[in-house]
Amino acid sequence: MKTDGMSRKPYVRAITSEWIFRHPRYMRYMVREFSCLFIGGWTLLMVWGLKQLAEGPAAWAAFLELLKSPASIAFHLLTLAFAAYHSVTWFNLTPKALPLQMGEEFVPDWVIAGAHFAAWAVVSAGLLYFAGAL
Amino acid sequence: MARSNKPIVWGPFAAGGTLTAFLTPVLVLVTLLQPSGLSYESMHALAAHWAGKLALVGVIGLSLWSAAHRLRITLYDLGVRADTLVATILYSATLACTGAAIYTLLKV
Repeated sequence: MKTDGMSRKPYVRAITSEWIFRHPRYMRYMVREFSCLFIGGWTLLMVWGLKQLAEGPAAWAAFLELLKSPASIAFHLLTLAFAAYHSVTWFNLTPKALPLQMGEEFVPDWVIAGAHFAAWAVVSAGLLYFAGAL
Repeated sequence: MARSNKPIVWGPFAAGGTLTAFLTPVLVLVTLLQPSGLSYESMHALAAHWAGKLALVGVIGLSLWSAAHRLRITLYDLGVRADTLVATILYSATLACTGAAIYTLLKV
């Protein structure tokens, strides 16, 4: 922004972060946005795991042992909660992002979101089965 | 009209956001439960196959990108106005970590 040549006292809006607490909706928005720290952090942990995997069975076993530590379990539970919250908000937005028209009518929002939730359940159950957890 | 790099950063964000919505909760659950699929033999077989490598790099790269992009927007919302600096650091870190994952996978 060019400020030279403007009026004598240009208005400078104060930039703060207290707006988050003004409404529960803003708080929920921030909780959703903070999910990125957990999803990103967990993914970085997996990049580390990949390095351990490449180093051989002993390094991989040490990595799995590290995942069993109380701090890791607490982090995983938090990540699970934030990641699931991200999924729910993301799928609830799909009717807005992908409105689907059939003839004259638009497909109802709940059908589009519902299809995503159903696919999420199938993918999750499939991966758990594939990994030997079911 | 001014050219915008928005589609380039937003595309992987949308793809990564969708991918993490479908996959991250169940993958976190798998690392928490440590079923037989997480054994060295299974994981090594996955990482040794070209399709497994592709899937791992895709999931890691897109997850990191969407997290980095969201963190950039969140920092802006919280009042950090050095957006170009923040974006450069976050996207560079994402590319570096994805590069590290690719390098590691090539050694498996």
